[in-house]
Amino acid sequence: MSLLSVRDLSKRFGGLQAVENVSFIVPHGAIKALIGPNGAGKTTLFNLISGVLRPDSGSITFDGRIVQGLRPHQIAARGIARTFQHIRLFPKMTALENIMIGRYLHSRAGFISGMLNLPFTRREQKTVAAKSREMMEFLGITDLADAEATSLAYGQQRIVELGRALACEPKLLLLDEPAAGLNMRETVEMCALIGRIRGLGITVFLVEHDMSLVMNISDEVLVLSYGQKIADDKPLAIQKNTEVIKVYLGEDNAAN
Amino acid sequence: MNIDLFFQYIVAGITYGTIYAIVAIGFNIIYNSTGIINFAQGEFVMLGGMTAVTFHTFLPLPVAITAAVFVTTIVGALIEVLFIRWLYKPSVLRMIIITIGISILIRETALHIWGEGVRALPYFSGTSVSALNIGGVFVSPQVLWVVSIGAIVVAFLNVFFNYTMLGRQMRACSANRDAARLCGINAKNVVTFSFMLSAAIGALGGSIVSPITYVQYDSGTPLAIKGFTVAILGGLGNSTAAVAAGMILGVLESFTIAVLPAAYKDVIAIVILLGILFIRPSGIFGSTEAARLKEF
Amino acid sequence: MRTSYTQVFGFTALIVAIQILTMVTNSSYHLTQLTMTAYYSLLIIGLCMLIGYAGQISLGHAGFFCIGGYVTAFFTTHDLSSHKANPVIALLAKAGILIVRPDLYGGDLLTVHPWAACVVAMLTALGVAWFVGGPVLKLKGHYLAMATLGFGTIVYRIVLGTTFLGAADGISDVPPFRVLPGIEISGNASVRVINYYFAWGLVTAGVLLLLNLIHSRAGRALAAIHGAEDAADAMGIPTARYKLNTFVLSAVFAALAGVLLTHYNGGIGPSEASVMKSVRYVAIVAIGGMANLWGSLFMSLILNYLSLRGYFGTYDDAVFGCILILIMLFAPEGLIRRSILRDLRRLVSGGGVEETGS
Repeated sequence: MSLLSVRDLSKRFGGLQAVENVSFIVPHGAIKALIGPNGAGKTTLFNLISGVLRPDSGSITFDGRIVQGLRPHQIAARGIARTFQHIRLFPKMTALENIMIGRYLHSRAGFISGMLNLPFTRREQKTVAAKSREMMEFLGITDLADAEATSLAYGQQRIVELGRALACEPKLLLLDEPAAGLNMRETVEMCALIGRIRGLGITVFLVEHDMSLVMNISDEVLVLSYGQKIADDKPLAIQKNTEVIKVYLGEDNAAN
Repeated sequence: MNIDLFFQYIVAGITYGTIYAIVAIGFNIIYNSTGIINFAQGEFVMLGGMTAVTFHTFLPLPVAITAAVFVTTIVGALIEVLFIRWLYKPSVLRMIIITIGISILIRETALHIWGEGVRALPYFSGTSVSALNIGGVFVSPQVLWVVSIGAIVVAFLNVFFNYTMLGRQMRACSANRDAARLCGINAKNVVTFSFMLSAAIGALGGSIVSPITYVQYDSGTPLAIKGFTVAILGGLGNSTAAVAAGMILGVLESFTIAVLPAAYKDVIAIVILLGILFIRPSGIFGSTEAARLKEF
Repeated sequence: MRTSYTQVFGFTALIVAIQILTMVTNSSYHLTQLTMTAYYSLLIIGLCMLIGYAGQISLGHAGFFCIGGYVTAFFTTHDLSSHKANPVIALLAKAGILIVRPDLYGGDLLTVHPWAACVVAMLTALGVAWFVGGPVLKLKGHYLAMATLGFGTIVYRIVLGTTFLGAADGISDVPPFRVLPGIEISGNASVRVINYYFAWGLVTAGVLLLLNLIHSRAGRALAAIHGAEDAADAMGIPTARYKLNTFVLSAVFAALAGVLLTHYNGGIGPSEASVMKSVRYVAIVAIGGMANLWGSLFMSLILNYLSLRGYFGTYDDAVFGCILILIMLFAPEGLIRRSILRDLRRLVSGGGVEETGS
């Protein structure tokens, strides 16, 4: 059974059809990549899945339940976590505090219990902090815990944002250009990290431009162009797919 | 309600509607070139009226009004140069608070200069009781002054923004500031000029309407709220729509007095404002997508 | 995080010190304005939560203050004697919710017991905040500011224009409020000291609750919403609900302040709902440092006290206007913050002041 199933999804912005009748599935435990030239509709598709945008038509099924039309926080509660193309860490908070926010869905204290500082909230606070530190250990960034998140190096910020998403203990992790702005070494490390994430049992769906990362790590690749799906196959097959080559490199190259 | 009363309400509505439209246009001009909502917009109208009255004590009427517009324009320029220019990519919250502070300062200064009393210019032609018979409806000549000067202002702005170099520069700045600067347009001066233009229009409006509505040191704030309502109603940034929206609010407000006690007259504008904000913030004539895209 | 208890202790010591100072210098009359300042501060700390931590501006909070004040004033002064025969009225009177008390002329009034009136006032404010907050908080930036301004203005117009709420004169002869045996909220000079400590005790309790909130899961969620709302959403935080809860909480603080101050002053007038009051509260939160609870509290203490003592004279409103402008131009993060020395140095050496976040 697939974890995520998208059927005939469409979204239009005024005169622009950003996503047109796109259908695909993401199987359990897979790492699936979404690629395509700029303007292909990749971020729109991501935003449709994570609830930031409402589709005009089509359906999105996650873990057997319909999720299209739900608000982002409801989708997060269903088990989908995401990172952002332009890093969206919480300013004025340390790296640890950022990751602790990721534990929101696994804690309970509300306004009243927060104000009264009940014993159970204090206990919960300790558990949340401990779990977050565990996550930082897993990612190898324990030494960054008390640094102000937005003052960290770009590559480190990416990992913190990843940690925050992982702290949600999601079933599906949406990564929006995880290697953007990373140098070669950092990209290789990111590759390894994503592999370890899959090892935790988390399914990964990522948007990426860096072909080395995509081809190296993905089980399946989905290719979009001008809002339409033009290919959905294993990485090696995608590399030989004439339509894909045409879209990226032009007609002549495809003919060759 | 008999037909005469009905038309009287319409006339009153159009009169007030014109002044609301003028304030709204002032909002739009500044919003279009800076993205700022200038809470002090109403104060320009108040200043125009008050200074005109003071000037009129020793200058003939047309000169007094021109002087008032001139002085208020300088105030507008000063505000931009002293307060707004300094800010580098300010947050919306900061902008709101600063312009509120400016509005308070202007109001308090007016209070200390002119005291609490109401003032008004004399009627431009005729007296407070003269009336022209237009198709059976008795209209004060001042109303005709207000409407015609209002129409001239709108026509002038139309020509200005579409056919003059400076006007087109302002439109370029509002569409894309950085691109405009790359084309050699001095964005900073455009911003100053938009404040001056807004101030001038507001002052003119304040002067011509003062015989009917009177003006007092705190007339600014309610005008700002209503002007803002009209600007939103027509779609923020759209000055032609602001005219229509102004008429709608003016007339609605006018007829409210027929139904509710006079004390609640101001409430109808706010209720409309809240209604628009909740239901359709892009306004009657605005496009929902454009409203969403524009950075608040 | 537990250092906040030392801060609270230090603050309590300050309050006590002030009272002892006035006792020693035989100037206990200062306590009256200080008590009034305390109640305004209650509103301020709630507003600080909303503006600083939840990041939502409200230019109409004087409206909630007035809802609290006017509801309690109305119910504790409105004479229901003419309805004595009504069975519901009789039942309420028997239950102690309605009380009989003497009026100024020696007659008897049948009014609502201050406790009952207080509960009704708070529930009204809570209800209005819930009802208004939902749609209003969906707005952002200018639109939110204008909507809250509009709300405040509506409340002002209603209390100004409605005869049974006293119109321009407001409601006076509001009776004292016996909160607990021995603690009566009234402006009577004989109970000045008790009132002073009660008021500031309440503020201290409020600060404690809010500090707890800030350091709790909910507080972190609010900071997240304020810092990057879309990311907070993506983490499962129901942003709309949190904003609304904070809005309602701040409204409740404001209403409570209104209720208690009305009993202390013995009355309330429409000027308490004016736009200038709302703006003043925002100015104080801004100068104290938007997200700085202690900062807002200290600024409230200083500015409200000076204003109530009349130090600003006729320039009262102008002072707050100036504060707004100067703070926003030079110190948008407020005056009381750790980086103040660094920013002062930078300002003097010619650079601008950095604005972080918001």
